[in-house]
Amino acid sequence: MDLTTDKKLWMYRKMYEIRCFELEVDRLFKANMIWGTCHLSVGEEATAVGAIAALEADDMITSTHRGHGHCIAKGGKLPQMFAELLGRETGYCRGRGGSMHIADIDTGNLGANGIVGGGIPIATGAALASKMKKDGRVTLCFFGDGANNEGVFHESLNIASLWKLPVVYICENNLYGMSVAFSRSTAVKNVADRAAAYDMPGEIVDGNDVEAVYHVVKKAVERARRGEGPSLIEAKTYRWLGHSKSDANVYRTKEEIEEWKEKCPIKRYRLKLVQEKIATDEELDRIEKEVEKEIRDAIEYAKNSPEPSVDDIANGVYA
Amino acid sequence: MAEKLYIDALREGLREEMQRDQSVFLLGEDIGIYGGAFGVTRGLIDEFGEERVVDTPISEQAITGIAVGAAVAGMRPVVEIMFFDFLTLSMDQLINQGAKIRYMFGGKAKVPMVIRAPMGCGTGAAAQHSQSFPGVFAHFPGLKVVIPSTPHDVKGLIKAAIRDDNPVVFAEHKLLYRVKGEVPEEDYVLPLGKADIKRKGRDITIVAGSIMVIRALEAAKELEKEGIDVEVIDPRTLKPLDMRTIIDSVKKTGRVLIVEDDPLSFGWGAEVAAGIAGSEAFDYLDAPVKRLGGLDIPIPYNPNLERHAVPQVENIVEAVRELLR
Repeated sequence: MDLTTDKKLWMYRKMYEIRCFELEVDRLFKANMIWGTCHLSVGEEATAVGAIAALEADDMITSTHRGHGHCIAKGGKLPQMFAELLGRETGYCRGRGGSMHIADIDTGNLGANGIVGGGIPIATGAALASKMKKDGRVTLCFFGDGANNEGVFHESLNIASLWKLPVVYICENNLYGMSVAFSRSTAVKNVADRAAAYDMPGEIVDGNDVEAVYHVVKKAVERARRGEGPSLIEAKTYRWLGHSKSDANVYRTKEEIEEWKEKCPIKRYRLKLVQEKIATDEELDRIEKEVEKEIRDAIEYAKNSPEPSVDDIANGVYA
Repeated sequence: MAEKLYIDALREGLREEMQRDQSVFLLGEDIGIYGGAFGVTRGLIDEFGEERVVDTPISEQAITGIAVGAAVAGMRPVVEIMFFDFLTLSMDQLINQGAKIRYMFGGKAKVPMVIRAPMGCGTGAAAQHSQSFPGVFAHFPGLKVVIPSTPHDVKGLIKAAIRDDNPVVFAEHKLLYRVKGEVPEEDYVLPLGKADIKRKGRDITIVAGSIMVIRALEAAKELEKEGIDVEVIDPRTLKPLDMRTIIDSVKKTGRVLIVEDDPLSFGWGAEVAAGIAGSEAFDYLDAPVKRLGGLDIPIPYNPNLERHAVPQVENIVEAVRELLR
């Protein structure tokens, strides 16, 4: 379960990659280069990265409307991601899906999802497929605190526990379902408390501590892989930016947002890596520079990619 | 060819596909030892075990979503929803997920699943266990919709639906389960999107689906006594819809009656009528296109009211007479 230096640096790199990606998306959005809407995960990077670091390469994930980070951590390529957001033919979904539907079946990413809780039974079904095929894969199911009040969350957890499916449910509790505070939407104090109703382990973890997330998820993934069934993990975290593009943050205070910014998962991990002499500031600066260049190159690739042809508009509805 | 019940032919189709392909499995409420609410899956658990004939909790949305996830991950699930009416509980997973995944993901995923359900009235089950609305699903891009009417068709079409790489809604009218018909001994698969001429005739075309095929054929027998020669076309699949066969028939007969079990307003018959009106068959029409369908009411309980809620043989006979008057 011990993390290697390589893995720790990978986690730092991925968190930084997500942060840069999201901030660039925000910038491109404000410059009218991105159409529609998008939901950014700035501040929540440690959960995506720590959780996915606990998976093997061929394990699967399902993601959410706030899914860019999951995709990046799962091995999603920045050029194809930017291209998708810019609606280009070279994007992951050939410009048909956009921000809320990025998927990459080849890397085990079964897709972001525009329906709150929509991915929960899909992850459960993917896990059923693994159990039936005995392929040893585990599916990690991301969802937000809003989804824990959807009926399908309860239906799915019940079934997964009953059938001991190799799935790990991870709730990114960022404390708000759009504008409604968690305490105003959910009758229990913690999402993880609901695990008891389905006779599975429920764990709460600091979602801004990447290594803590890794260890908790790792334990659950190994349990699932041993055939002992699902777990429910709740990572407490916070989104720095609004729910989506139209959010003026009227439902929370500036002080609260600032307080959480102090708990920045990236700054915090950097400090830890340096203190524990895993890396020097110079090494981490070098990683950041590399990431920044990758981001620039990826945006260039996307900008220079062709628009999808209207002639192909009906292409890909049916297999 | 042996005579078989629709329900037995359907079960045979399921069994053969499960024998042929290990990735095919069944998922639904009470489908194991109980054999399904109508007995479609009876005995399959003995042959394939509870791993492949999976009894689920009463959780339609999760069952449907689990099928979507399993399909994306390489299996071929066949879901039984106990009553067609309960498909409303499956809608998000079927429509927003199953039907859209392939396109949303740029054509890079496939969702090979079948969702079967018994529909229709005539059993006294009242409003929440009796409605036929396969036409609703034909409105959603990404889905295919099958409405088999005979034992021969139900077997060939369930096999095609299971082998298809898309989500398929498979609508079985309850009153058809006990209908007998000839079923070939050999292995056969019917194409999705190919209509069948159930009876050849000169004077008028009846386009009918599911249970209405049986009623249209009975009506044709009645009308034959009056010297009226009816052609009955069964589209067999609403999506894809084989307009070609329908258009060719209307060009020959010059008259058309469309009969469906769905409520008439916005029913699939309107799509067929529009297809005829917009085709070269329009010039061959000797009478306006006529439609029959369910009344715009929830299905009532009282047997006499229930009977009047959807077209019966006598309504079809009368409509044909009107068209030829």
